[in-house]
Amino acid sequence: MLGYTITQWLFGILSFLAIMFGLMVVFSRNPVNSVLYLVLTFFCIAGHYLIMNAQFLAIVHIVVYAGAIMVLFLFIIMLMNLNEDSEPQKTWLTKIIAAVAGGMMLFVLVGSLKGSEQLGLSVNGSSQIGLVKNLGIVLFKDFLFPFEIASILLLAALVGVILLGRKDPQVLDKKL
Amino acid sequence: MINGISINYYILLSAILFIIGSIGVMARRNSIIIFMCVELMLNAVNLLLVSFSTLHGDAKGQVFVFFIMAVAAAEVAVGLAILSMIYRNVKSIDTQLFSNLKN
Amino acid sequence: MIKLVGLIPLFPLIGFLINGFFGKKLSKSLSGLIACAAILASFIVSVGIFMEARHLPEHSQIVNLFSWINAGTLDIPFEFVVDPLSTWFLLIITGIGFLIHVYSTSYMHDDEGFSRFFTYLNLFVFFMLLLVLGNNFLIMFVGWEGVGLCSYLLIGFWFKNTDYNNAARKAFVMNRIGDLGFLLGILLIFVTFGSISYDEVFSKAGTAEHGTITAIALLLFIGAMGKSAQIPLYTWLPDAMAGPTPVSALIHAATMVTAGIYMIVRSNVFYSISETASAVVAVVGVATALFAATIGLFQNDIKKILAYSTVSQLGLMFLGLGVGAYSSSVFHVTTHAFFKALLFLGAGSVIHAMGGEQDVRKMGGLKKALPITFMTMLLGTIAISGVPGFSGFFSKDEILAHTYEHSPILWFFGMLTSMLTAFYMFRLMFLTFWGSFRGTKEQHHHLHESPKAMTFPLIVLAILSVAGGVLGLPHFWGFHNFIGDHLEPLILRKNPSTLPHDTEWMLMGIASLAALAVIYVAYIIYRKRHIIPLNENDKMPALQKTIYHKYYVDEIYDAVIRKPVDVISHVFYKFVDKQIIDGLVEGVGTSVKGIGSVVRLAQQGDISFYIITMMLGVIGILLFTFLL
Repeated sequence: MLGYTITQWLFGILSFLAIMFGLMVVFSRNPVNSVLYLVLTFFCIAGHYLIMNAQFLAIVHIVVYAGAIMVLFLFIIMLMNLNEDSEPQKTWLTKIIAAVAGGMMLFVLVGSLKGSEQLGLSVNGSSQIGLVKNLGIVLFKDFLFPFEIASILLLAALVGVILLGRKDPQVLDKKL
Repeated sequence: MINGISINYYILLSAILFIIGSIGVMARRNSIIIFMCVELMLNAVNLLLVSFSTLHGDAKGQVFVFFIMAVAAAEVAVGLAILSMIYRNVKSIDTQLFSNLKN
Repeated sequence: MIKLVGLIPLFPLIGFLINGFFGKKLSKSLSGLIACAAILASFIVSVGIFMEARHLPEHSQIVNLFSWINAGTLDIPFEFVVDPLSTWFLLIITGIGFLIHVYSTSYMHDDEGFSRFFTYLNLFVFFMLLLVLGNNFLIMFVGWEGVGLCSYLLIGFWFKNTDYNNAARKAFVMNRIGDLGFLLGILLIFVTFGSISYDEVFSKAGTAEHGTITAIALLLFIGAMGKSAQIPLYTWLPDAMAGPTPVSALIHAATMVTAGIYMIVRSNVFYSISETASAVVAVVGVATALFAATIGLFQNDIKKILAYSTVSQLGLMFLGLGVGAYSSSVFHVTTHAFFKALLFLGAGSVIHAMGGEQDVRKMGGLKKALPITFMTMLLGTIAISGVPGFSGFFSKDEILAHTYEHSPILWFFGMLTSMLTAFYMFRLMFLTFWGSFRGTKEQHHHLHESPKAMTFPLIVLAILSVAGGVLGLPHFWGFHNFIGDHLEPLILRKNPSTLPHDTEWMLMGIASLAALAVIYVAYIIYRKRHIIPLNENDKMPALQKTIYHKYYVDEIYDAVIRKPVDVISHVFYKFVDKQIIDGLVEGVGTSVKGIGSVVRLAQQGDISFYIITMMLGVIGILLFTFLL
């Protein structure tokens, strides 16, 4: 259709959406809006994963990021009662400098691609590696140890968060 | 070639998302927004990893993305806990006010 | 036996270490015993080596102890040379050193720094032995500096007295001035010949430029000027009498001050080649001799008289060196060591008996109370005056004969000096031992002859002073000149005497008559007419006053040299040290603080600023890596 395959169309649309929502995340005043736009960005990226047949990762991406992390962000924003009025702004100069710096970085990154060929490496493995079963086999056979360590990491984070979130009795008294 | 899309486009896309995230970190004063932009950067990297893993047919890239997600989750949890503690003490999350290390 | 030459300096070194570390814990007698035993052991080994060395085929043997400095092309081994000159000096140093050590055990008996004294004495002997034994100029220099150090330590032995400390410092500083010349001479030798070992340097001496040899000879002589108290660096020697009398005897009469003469005799080839240098040596020598003799005429401190006498005799020795009479000078060194050490030790005995009094105007009539001291000192005085038959006569006559051959004018001044020497020495004797006692009643009560440990060395030295002449009996009497033959291999450019025998007889006759005449004049003045030297406050004729105040040389040095140095050092202190150097050092700290306070502004504490900066840095790195 129109000289492009459907995959390419999908890629283009998803990319466009992802970039647009990403920009909205950065430039929107209301932090709640930023959160929501970020969620949408995550969905677009999950779409990208699906194009590449990384099914497991797409599902995990949505569940973990859009489902858990973003909810957490939203929760904290609501807790702090942030809205458009209380939003601090940086000086114009800083914003321009930031944009310029970012632009230069992009220029450099893109420029590094210059002259590189379209990689036409032979695909050694199958395209089925994204399936849950296959990924699971690799994860539990070759990467069992990091897997266990990751669970310990999550445990540590859990304990840390609980400790950090504890209210000091003194603070409580002061507030009251 | 991944389904007809050359890898360069994925690299480009990933780079753009990364830059957008870093612009957000540099240009925003709200700590939570900065945090979210960091997540955006992480995701850009994830995308790149997955695309390369699909290119080479190697499952290791996707496994690495899996672990990055786990770590990112833990990091967000801890980071937000710290932020809420700071909020309790300073009553604001404006980064301009977190300058105790100045000079 | 010759291979054991390393033991000779080793024994005093061990003595020094034992007394140095454990001296306080040892009893006085044990401490003294160790010190004396060390020197005695060295003496015995020296005698053995001396005997053996006389039969060496090439007259010298080099004993390598260890490889000392080995850096790149510079190789200086630690070698000792056993040859006629070094063995001869070994005997003098260890022999007379031993006698003085024995004397000191009694003289310093009541002193609380007893073991410290012997520590320093042993160390001194060690360095002096190094000086004469070394086979290259560097070892000689090490010994040279070392004896200077020990001289400083021993002059200022009673360090609680500031005047003594000043005297010690004066000696050391003047020595150092001379040492600078010496060091420059060594460096010039090294630059010219590429080596500083005696054998290599002296064999190549003929190949160097004449001007260079003169420069080397003069620079080395400057070192000798300082060490052996010649004009202008002699004023430290009279002040050095602040040290204990055994120190004056050993260091400032018999050994250290002769180091300069040893050095010149060792390097005789330079002086033989360069007539200019020899002339300078001779003129300085005779000038010093005459100058010091005139000062000695009016001194009243018994030790100062002997000190000026030493300076004068050293001048005569340098006169001998200057005219090429090397073995004669060594002969005079030997005889001078005998009778000057004897005279100093005797003076010590007198001072000991007088309870510390050193002014001859307060002495008199001591010959009844101190018979042995009197007898021995008389023999020493006769020897120094050049009375025929005694040792001093032969050695002095040899020098004067060679001088006459070289230049009659110099001979005349040397003759004059000898006459003055006889005069003031007998003046000392008459004032001290004859006449009636002029001291206080308690001193008279206290008078007693010294213990055996002090009189025994006196007796030995007296015998040597009398009989020492046999070492150098003149040729024209038909004898073999022992010391002349002994040292002959060392003199590289022969300069035999060509005086006709008649002239030699005549010179000898003049000298003897002059000596006897002068002694008679002294007798008349101080015995018959009972003239006693004036006190400081009495009026003196202007010339006498000038000479009494040592020609005001010390005061001249003070004004001309010390005051400008003081001013310069004050300027340096106020300006250079305080402002420039302190300013620099503090400036470093201040500037670091300043830079820090500026750089600190980069630490905003604002995280996004950090990220921007980091981003820019990353861009820069990537730019350089990928695009360029």
